[in-house]
Amino acid sequence: MTTRSLLPARRPVPGVFVALAITWAIGWLVVLVDGGHLVNQSTTVSLLHVAAGLGFVAVGQTLVILGGSLDLSVAYVVSLSTLVAAETMAGRDSALLPAIGLTLLVSAGIGLLNGLLVTAGRINAFIATLGVGLLLKGYLDNGYAGPAGTTSPALVQTLGYQRVGPVPLAFLLLLLVAGACWFALARTRFGHHLLAVGGDEEVARLSGVRTHRVRVTAHVLCSLCAGIAGVYLASRLGSGAPRVGSEGLYDLESIAAVVIGGTALAGGRGGVVGTIGGVLLLAAIDAVFNQLAVDAFAKQVVRGVIIIAAVAVYARGTLRKVAG
Amino acid sequence: MSTQTLRRQLRPAQWARPGGLAPILAILVVLLVLITARQPDFLSPPSLMSFLGRSAPIILLAAGQYFVIVCGEFDLSVGALVTAQVVVAARLIDSDPTRTWPVVLVLLVGGALVGLVNGLVTTRLGVPSFVTTLGMFLVLVGAVYLWSDGAPKGGLTEEFRQYGRRAVEDVPLLGRIPYAVVILVLVATVAVLLTRADFGRILIAVGDNPRTARLSGVRVWRTRTAAFVLSGLAAAIAAILIGGYSGVSFQAGAGLEFGAITAVVLGGVALGGGRGSVVGAMLGATTLELLFALMNFYGISGALRPAVQGVIILVAVAVAARRSTSR
Amino acid sequence: MKRCLAALGAVTLLTLAGCATDQPVANPSGASSAPAGAGTGEQSAFFEQSAYDAELALLQATPTGPADRPWEQALDPAMVDTASFRKAGPHRICFSNAALNNPWRQVGFKTMQAEVAAQGDRIAEFVHVEAEGKDQKQIADINDLLGRDCDALIVSPNTTATLTPAVEAACRTGLPVIVFDRGVDTDCPVTFINPIGGYGFGHVGAEFVSQRMKPGGKLLALRILPGVDVLETRWSAAKVAFDKAGVDVVGVEFTDGDPAKTKKIVDDYLQRYGTIDGVWMDAGAVAVAAVEAFQDAGKPVPPINGEDQLDFLKVWKEAGLTAIAPTYPTYQWRTPIIAALRILDGAQVADPWKLPQPTVTQENLDRYLDPEMPPLHYAMCGCTDLPGYPQRWK
Repeated sequence: MTTRSLLPARRPVPGVFVALAITWAIGWLVVLVDGGHLVNQSTTVSLLHVAAGLGFVAVGQTLVILGGSLDLSVAYVVSLSTLVAAETMAGRDSALLPAIGLTLLVSAGIGLLNGLLVTAGRINAFIATLGVGLLLKGYLDNGYAGPAGTTSPALVQTLGYQRVGPVPLAFLLLLLVAGACWFALARTRFGHHLLAVGGDEEVARLSGVRTHRVRVTAHVLCSLCAGIAGVYLASRLGSGAPRVGSEGLYDLESIAAVVIGGTALAGGRGGVVGTIGGVLLLAAIDAVFNQLAVDAFAKQVVRGVIIIAAVAVYARGTLRKVAG
Repeated sequence: MSTQTLRRQLRPAQWARPGGLAPILAILVVLLVLITARQPDFLSPPSLMSFLGRSAPIILLAAGQYFVIVCGEFDLSVGALVTAQVVVAARLIDSDPTRTWPVVLVLLVGGALVGLVNGLVTTRLGVPSFVTTLGMFLVLVGAVYLWSDGAPKGGLTEEFRQYGRRAVEDVPLLGRIPYAVVILVLVATVAVLLTRADFGRILIAVGDNPRTARLSGVRVWRTRTAAFVLSGLAAAIAAILIGGYSGVSFQAGAGLEFGAITAVVLGGVALGGGRGSVVGAMLGATTLELLFALMNFYGISGALRPAVQGVIILVAVAVAARRSTSR
Repeated sequence: MKRCLAALGAVTLLTLAGCATDQPVANPSGASSAPAGAGTGEQSAFFEQSAYDAELALLQATPTGPADRPWEQALDPAMVDTASFRKAGPHRICFSNAALNNPWRQVGFKTMQAEVAAQGDRIAEFVHVEAEGKDQKQIADINDLLGRDCDALIVSPNTTATLTPAVEAACRTGLPVIVFDRGVDTDCPVTFINPIGGYGFGHVGAEFVSQRMKPGGKLLALRILPGVDVLETRWSAAKVAFDKAGVDVVGVEFTDGDPAKTKKIVDDYLQRYGTIDGVWMDAGAVAVAAVEAFQDAGKPVPPINGEDQLDFLKVWKEAGLTAIAPTYPTYQWRTPIIAALRILDGAQVADPWKLPQPTVTQENLDRYLDPEMPPLHYAMCGCTDLPGYPQRWK
């Protein structure tokens, strides 16, 4: 959060994929010795589904973090989105598109609010999005005693359970969203401006970037991605669920996936490709621990260590670059 | 070195949110007026003392968090640290009164050690503190569940619990003074003295502009590590008080990290460092606790509370930000 | 924004050309419930009069089965035939667990593991996967288990409505599925095991407190979280009892299961109202904290209900409280293992398998209070005859 120097805006594809390969190989071996198989159809499908849910949120989180901001409200946006989608659909296929439209509109609105609080309101992103998250939590707690609404059967059949070979449709959608974001970051003016704002807002402003507009856009895109995650979860769960986002820890886990993927928390460096790697790494750890039936508590310790270690490795690289 | 020269070289506006004590005092007074309108005897000595006693842990955590935040870092691990300490204390004491003091010592050393690890990983390995302490959070919670096999064991003795639960009785004028208030006053005094000393000024300088501080001969990494150790120590004392107040539970520290950070920001301390006072941070925590009591007295529906809390935090911080920029 | 929409359109196109699906045939039924206020005034959206009546009737029913083994007993059982699931052992039993994140589930799971151990050679392998309280992960977990050659699948769902599609998918593979604790909105599992349930729990506590507290007194209701189905039913039954008895419920507060928060709430209510004449709780986790708040304020502890956690039973006895402890017994974790083996033997089992739900009262308190066990242990674990007792639960 403190070294805000102008390092190269992009870096080679992060080492997270090396870590992913190593985790996978070790996991495969250990599970094999234990008498199981890590690579089979049902495990792979499950892994990719878990990755898809977190993936949408994490891709959005990448955008705000690249811009030097942060979004702690995503978990509640996810919950709210499942409810807006499922309640609008009310089990009718005919309401599918309007419901998705409304969900994305609502989530974009929350993103706009976050963005305006951070820019025009001059509230630190940590506090602003924490506050908006509390607001949404209050609304959900007060309005819902449990799951509500029914997802349209067509959406459940497609986005929720359809797959191409071992790859769920939802994961393909995640790759598409990530691809679009990659393109936006690498090839469009918005992307260059976002990285510049995240690198050094003052310098960006002096070079003519409309920093507020860029950062608000990033927040809107982030919430939109959380909204897509909500639609996907509604398709998986068959209804809206007021606690699915907070129980899923999508706020902290998305930030973890982003930093494991090599994006600097201070902003300005990193990208969505690494984030996808981070999401897959977290999902792979899940899969291995599932196969070995090890306590979730041990897994949490492993996750904590991996998060710190991964970022320490990136920081080494950066320090060396600065020194050289 | 003079902090004035450092102050002039402000870092980008992104994290810088200056603030004095005026906004937080104003909010505090408004809340107090609202509460006494509903509950006139709230300001009577016994009631006020009991309120301060039960609020002492979060005020201590805010003071600890202040040191970390003002030098430009975060400590997200304090809530997990409190939980871990309470559970560890119960298992180590195991209802044996003779173990009280040794365990208190173990807790203090343990808190300082966790802070030291946070600090060293952050400063020597170059990991942003948000990530370091988030990782520490996961490790601590996972480890304490693993170690206690998923359910707290043992028990806390009355000797241990008295600091959070009992009071010095029959004090003239005030009636009874909870031990927690005595401890709070002692720690708060030390905290204020620390910020008035060179150390406090160096901390602010480091948070304001680490590069300049480094060039003026400050060992930035040592200062920051010391701040993390202070935060860990504060968490250990808070854990002793919380364990005493309400007994052993896995929920003991849940959410305290966000509470402490919110309190510090409410108190006018800038996330990102360089601005704010420890008194403001502690007043911020008192405000949060007052808000909680206010909602109890006004009978605001339990489910709506997060929303009310969210609005008040947003408005308070936004107003504070406006005031400081219009100056 | 445009891009994300474009991406979505592209995927909608993709869905038209699908190849394979895990989607269950039937659409989840009864998954919808209208949002409603969770405040004092309105009844919870989870309240169902017929289920409420049925549970209250079961409180009076006499169970069939061995009296000293309540986990094998059943209330008003309707037996189902399971001959088609008959299979030679030893078996691989798989268990998709919603979470292990609270003492109740911890004690329950240890009891289940001990039951597995007690079955000896009959179970070759017990595969346990935990979803950490995440619906999304449990759906994936169940799918994962379907690829692991299980002979029977036990599910303890994290949420009723949202886990229904996944359980239906599991049923369709022909595997015998056993659901316990929370239910699912489908009849496809071979059996659904649980004690009488939340209405019974809420009713027993509320009736006791409202009868024992002074007439016209003030009652404080302490709940853990909003929006959790099993807890909503407890509160809705208590609300019916309080409305009927004309109790003045001065507050319904959420404690998050945090004892410190509980003490602060009780403290403030004591200051605001001078006295509180009764306390009702939807779970025992913070009962001791509530009792301490009265003690620390120097006030008498009013009639209160807790649960069968030992710390509460201990305070109850030591302080001579006017108290009651309805239970949601952890011995129900033994039953799914027993049911799975019976099903794999082709023997008949009850469906639904309703277990008795005993209440700890002043009369039988001493029978359940074992000072040797840890404070958060549940007395109703039915585990004293299992291998490894008491060390496994300590």
